[in-house]
Amino acid sequence: MREVAIIGVGLTRFGERWEHGLRDLMAEAGLNALNDANIESKDIEMLYGGIMASGRFVGQEHIAALLADQLGFKNVPAVRVENACASGGTALREGYITVASGIHDIVAVGGVEKMTDVTTSEATTALGGAGDQEWELAQGITFPGLYALMARRHMHEYGTTEEQMAAVAVKNHKNAVKNKYAQFKKEITIEDVMKSKPVADPLKVFDCSPISDGAAAIILAPLEMARKYNDTPIKIIASTQATDTLSLAERETLTALKATRIAGEKAYAQAKLKPKDIDVIEVHDCFTIAEILSMEDLGFYKKGKAAKAIADGETALNSSLSVNTSGGLKGCGHPVGATGVKQAVEVAMQLRGEAGDRQVNGAEIGMTHNVGGSGATAVVHIMKRAN
Amino acid sequence: MIFMEKASAGMWRKIDTRYNLVASECEKCKTLYFPPRIICRTCGRETRMKPRKLSGRGKVHSYTTIRVPSEAFKELAPYTVGVIELEEGPKVEGHVLERGKKIEIGTKVSTVFRKMYVDGEEGLIHYHFKFEVV
Amino acid sequence: MAGIIGYGAYVPRLRIKVEEIARVWSEDGEGIKKGLNIKEKSVPSLDEDAATIAVEAARKAIYHAGIAPTDLGAVYVGSESHPYAVKPTATIVAQAISAGTSLTAADLEFACKAGTAGMQMLMGMADSGMIKYGITIGSDTSQGRPGDALEYTASAGGAAFIIGKEKKEMVAEILKTASYTSDTPDFWRREGANFPSHGGRFTGEPGYFRHVVSATKLLFEQTGFKPSDFQYAVFHQPNGKFPLVVAKMLGFTEKQVEEGLLTPIIGNTYSGASMLGLSAVLDKAKPGEKILVTSFGSGAGSDSFAIQVTDNIDKKRGRAAPIRELINRDKVYIDYAQYLKNRNSITRT
Repeated sequence: MREVAIIGVGLTRFGERWEHGLRDLMAEAGLNALNDANIESKDIEMLYGGIMASGRFVGQEHIAALLADQLGFKNVPAVRVENACASGGTALREGYITVASGIHDIVAVGGVEKMTDVTTSEATTALGGAGDQEWELAQGITFPGLYALMARRHMHEYGTTEEQMAAVAVKNHKNAVKNKYAQFKKEITIEDVMKSKPVADPLKVFDCSPISDGAAAIILAPLEMARKYNDTPIKIIASTQATDTLSLAERETLTALKATRIAGEKAYAQAKLKPKDIDVIEVHDCFTIAEILSMEDLGFYKKGKAAKAIADGETALNSSLSVNTSGGLKGCGHPVGATGVKQAVEVAMQLRGEAGDRQVNGAEIGMTHNVGGSGATAVVHIMKRAN
Repeated sequence: MIFMEKASAGMWRKIDTRYNLVASECEKCKTLYFPPRIICRTCGRETRMKPRKLSGRGKVHSYTTIRVPSEAFKELAPYTVGVIELEEGPKVEGHVLERGKKIEIGTKVSTVFRKMYVDGEEGLIHYHFKFEVV
Repeated sequence: MAGIIGYGAYVPRLRIKVEEIARVWSEDGEGIKKGLNIKEKSVPSLDEDAATIAVEAARKAIYHAGIAPTDLGAVYVGSESHPYAVKPTATIVAQAISAGTSLTAADLEFACKAGTAGMQMLMGMADSGMIKYGITIGSDTSQGRPGDALEYTASAGGAAFIIGKEKKEMVAEILKTASYTSDTPDFWRREGANFPSHGGRFTGEPGYFRHVVSATKLLFEQTGFKPSDFQYAVFHQPNGKFPLVVAKMLGFTEKQVEEGLLTPIIGNTYSGASMLGLSAVLDKAKPGEKILVTSFGSGAGSDSFAIQVTDNIDKKRGRAAPIRELINRDKVYIDYAQYLKNRNSITRT
């Protein structure tokens, strides 16, 4: 198995992109990645596209072939990867496996979602498909509802408070202000979060990541070829994935994501590292409680201890561990399929020293954590500068 | 955007489970699954599943009141849903009807029979179990 | 003769007071309460309908009867508010009570007496040995036209009765039944119309009173019974007044009618009314006591029954809380706006 490196990254601004349809967004991010890698469209050998619900949002299936063509690739194999909100991270893993195995050399990984062509209500319904359609969505249990059920149980078992959850949103907005690609450019306070409209108790509007449009792209190559294209290739040293039951009720517990824990443990083992070795991490904060769960399930904090630590600022920019420097899903936005790829783009930029105002000083090792649905899929990557 | 079947088969297929809380029990290892499934996670190919009707009695394991509903549940909002720990063991997600009582973690509930969704003026009526505070 | 093997009743928890409805229409609430002898009525929640109410009542009846649901050979549901015009409520109920597939079923409509018509059908089927047990349910979520007099009384509720012929299983034997039926247009609803129409005062003497009295008198003729032979009398109860008036006309006392008169606290549950009244009486009645039940359905007809409580009633008593206790427990009062929302008269679009 060969070592794999990221040789190019590209993003679009996340947010309500009225003038840009799904193909436009992917092309924009793709172009940015090709420029970053100093590589031509014709050199790309395969495309993995992470898109959760193009059918529901824009009526388009068969999207990988469409995007491969729109990106200027020449009749390459193209595959759409769908794992709900972990579509992007999974697409990255598939790309990694393809390059590592030697089947292809230069592989493009794209992630995109166009969510604002439908009403909020329709979007809520589409997102509900990330959960168990037959036993959750069909009963009107929305996606925020699922995380609210987890939040309430976490509050019950560990004393986590709504204010502590709000602190996650405050931190991520603060980081987003420094990110030119982020959807939100304003800081918020705990009070802002607490006063925001309830969505599914205890979660309020500001506890929830927004509906967004956006795209992200990454070009992968075998490490041995990487320097042809980029002076600071970023080596992927772990790529793992795990699944759990789709419906919340069938899980062993509501207060931990087993898929995260398993994928995390395997990633540390692959990279021969421990949680304390990570300098910068993008975790899956689809809701504030989700970031708290991630920090615990990835081994950074003991169960029940992450909320207070986050509220105390232990995961702020350039603290002991910088979490969600991009602004996370909450601050940067969450075009579903794009998120997992964007997380890797952010970490790659941090490791290259290209993160500007939100640079984590001396970042050597970075991690991404992408979750699908209420935890049925978790994808983890660890990366470091190849030197 | 149709997730509730306009055609009949999808809504009919699991009617016994949705009306009568019928789970599946693997006769080999006695594990109960709700919703019912075909393959036992423990026994794999040696699964011997048979249906088993559950009592419907349980207690609230977690709950939330949904204020921003999905499309189909606009009229019902706000409504409370929960994860209920049934007395036989499995946990189930369902609506929780307070009817004037307070819902907390640990509150005892029992199943009732209610409408879940009505497909407009001319479509089918989907009935389902819900939980009510006892 | 066949008898009642078990019974169950269900009334939705929401209530609206008469004075609250009167407030909206600027009418004399206290006067209406007195005139109709009714305090408040039940209101179904958005997720309830005649089918869900029928299922709740039927499940209780099966538990009370102590029979295996698969021994039911027939399921009948009588209602004026069946959820479908075509697709029987009875099959939904049969599925929800796990009755299996070896049974016959149908929906009945005869205004407020559809459920008791079902009782008569099951008596014949059980007596003849065609079925071992059958269940009949009267259930309604009747609609009152806003601003109309009937709005004060039209409510929701249902009761289920399981009929069989084994003497040692029945809690009450049905000694005799007699009916009086005629083509009388006192109250009706055309297919597709939202609300029923009625003939105002015509619903009284030519409607309710003529049929209730005639059916009961026919029963007396056929059995030789007289009012004093009965400890209880249950009449159809479109309001809290008519049963008291007809009782007097027939020679019954107010005391005999009291226990079976639920309309003052839940309103008129239409197809559920007489049967809910009978449930309330059976909750209290002692072995050997006799009960007279005469239902009334507009259009029009009355079914009269002479029922005698058996020794078995105490054995099965206590399996379910008495209906009067359930009615008074956990009720939730709503205002007129919430009432409209629950009746789907106002919706978010």
